[in-house]
Amino acid sequence: MSVLVFADAKNGKVIKSAFEAVSYGAKVGGGSCIAVTYGDVSNADELGAYGASEVVVAKSIADNDSQVLSALVADVAGQKGANTIIFSQDFTGKAIAPRVATKLSAGLVSGAVDYPTADFTIKKTAFSGKAFANVKITTDNRVISVLPNSVGAENTGGSATVSDYAGDVGVSKVKIIESKSAASDGSVPLPEAELVVSAGRGLKGPENWGIVEDLANAMGATTACSRPVADIGWRPHHEHVGQTGVAIRPNLYIAAGISGAIQHLAGVNGSKVIVVINTDAEAPFFKAADYGIVGDAFEVLPRLTEAYKKFKASN
Amino acid sequence: MKFLVCISKVPDTTSKIAFTDGDTKFDENGIQFIVNPYDEWYALVRALELKESLGGSVTIITVGGQADEPVMRKALAIGADEAVRIDAEAKDPGYIATQIASYAKDKDFDIVFCGKETIMYNNAQVPAAVAEYLDVPFISLATKLDLNGNTATIERDAQGGVEVVELQTPFVLSAAKGMAEQRIPNMKGIMAARTKPLNVVPAFDAAETTQVVSYETPSGKAECKYIDPENMDELVSLLHNQAKVI
Ligand SMILES: Cc1cc2nc3c(=O)[nH]c(=O)nc-3n(C[C@H](O)[C@H](O)[C@H](O)COP(=O)(O)OP(=O)(O)OC[C@H]3O[C@@H](n4cnc5c(N)ncnc54)[C@H](O)[C@@H]3O)c2cc1C
Ligand SMILES: Nc1ncnc2c1ncn2[C@@H]1O[C@H](COP(=O)(O)O)[C@@H](O)[C@H]1O
Repeated sequence: MSVLVFADAKNGKVIKSAFEAVSYGAKVGGGSCIAVTYGDVSNADELGAYGASEVVVAKSIADNDSQVLSALVADVAGQKGANTIIFSQDFTGKAIAPRVATKLSAGLVSGAVDYPTADFTIKKTAFSGKAFANVKITTDNRVISVLPNSVGAENTGGSATVSDYAGDVGVSKVKIIESKSAASDGSVPLPEAELVVSAGRGLKGPENWGIVEDLANAMGATTACSRPVADIGWRPHHEHVGQTGVAIRPNLYIAAGISGAIQHLAGVNGSKVIVVINTDAEAPFFKAADYGIVGDAFEVLPRLTEAYKKFKASN
Repeated sequence: MKFLVCISKVPDTTSKIAFTDGDTKFDENGIQFIVNPYDEWYALVRALELKESLGGSVTIITVGGQADEPVMRKALAIGADEAVRIDAEAKDPGYIATQIASYAKDKDFDIVFCGKETIMYNNAQVPAAVAEYLDVPFISLATKLDLNGNTATIERDAQGGVEVVELQTPFVLSAAKGMAEQRIPNMKGIMAARTKPLNVVPAFDAAETTQVVSYETPSGKAECKYIDPENMDELVSLLHNQAKVI
């Protein structure tokens, strides 16, 4: 089986989720795969360490337009005879994978959390994290889009030959006028964050978020919030996690002053470890927690920040 | 302006999810169905706002059986002008997209609005696939949309932040939070919805490309370990030594 992986790039670098996608592709391809990326990337060769034997770079493509990039991926798949195409289910992957699947008359499983079985059945999230579905691809060509942070990137120490893409896939009809960074403080965007500190209505008001940010800053974590907090404007909309907000899968999710409503849990229960801080011992969130602290967030959060700093200093 | 809004039916967000027939079928027993929140709150409402300010029409489309008609009536009550139901089982995203695109292809819609994903399968596949079949641009995760003649200015969530993009109609977009505010249908809307046209169109020929083999519910979490609120050093030590996440 010949596997092609789309490796997304931004600001001249192949991004983190692409390394995970390449690791996944190499496993599916029995040890190696081909990767395709675009733009003026400086670290394309690093994909070799994660299992790519060959990296094709389309230097002339600057923007992440779905029409242009899907044409690129389909063309490279044709040239290389790849019948299995892997994406990361990140921003760009979500927009391109279905177009590529359509071009190749391929079945697509998006949000895969595990490797395919021998008959190409793949486990994916469903019902916003309340369940999983095992979905079988029944076509000859196949596309899989891997949920970020589900299998991890594995450095196997290989190397790749890097070549330039020669074809022409047209120009984008979408003009990017402005690109703004959501996390102006330079923290990792929520969907990619490994550590998340989140707070809800229990914090009483936006002026109290300093203790949440202090902990997040100390840990290098990204901040999140419950929906009502974003709706009343205490926090920006992009921090809203849950069934109708961003779904996240960090290694650690710390939730303070959040009750744990079913719609909130739906977006966060893919987290590896959940810590809940709530004054109410009956709060439903404790049922989904690994570690629980029945206590006042206004006291517990600063204490946790100090404890973390002490730990950091001695480790 | 002619707008098409793709509407899907999903279990209410408070639903407890269970399966039957050896975990091969979703158990609909006692489940309330609603319009997928992204389709209703963001895609449909923004299409209606644009129609109200610029003129034109809003058609909603659903691929599904007769059981989907109540949620389609809800969308009509919020203000859509007419509804189309493609009489086909909503098999897989590629199949659904083919149905929608086959219907839309010779109807000159200026914008096809979708939700960013259904809260049922979280596929986020139908919108981009519809765009591919129609051979038009696709803007995913749109959080703001303005139209000036045929030129659209859109804000979308992108890797690491937000992008502002500009393009010409026709195109397909998927809507995310921020596009519009939820609208509650009023009595007049609900009455009017009863008599608005709901056209049933036979299914187009299309192949299935994937198949749900079975479902699993996440394995139950181990008991929560409680930690003394005075002793955050213990929590940090457990996160480091036991959970190994810091
Ligand atoms: C269709 C629909 C979709 C929804 N989607 C989402 C979604 O995506 N995400 C989401 O989050 N919600 C969503 N909701 C809302 C959800 O149902 C809850 O209302 C919401 O999650 C509650 O937010 P909260 O926990 O911050 O507030 P509350 O429920 O008010 O809980 C506040 C908590 O803080 C605790 N507390 C109070 N004081 C302190 C203190 N000093 N220290 C520590 N704890 C304290 C309280 O005991 C309580 O448990 C949705 C609802 C609907 C109907
Ligand atoms: N059966 C359907 N009928 C009409 N539109 C649909 C259907 N399924 C999905 N959609 C649209 O496609 C979007 C994304 O769905 P999905 O790709 O299934 O996550 C939804 O938010 C709807 O706008």
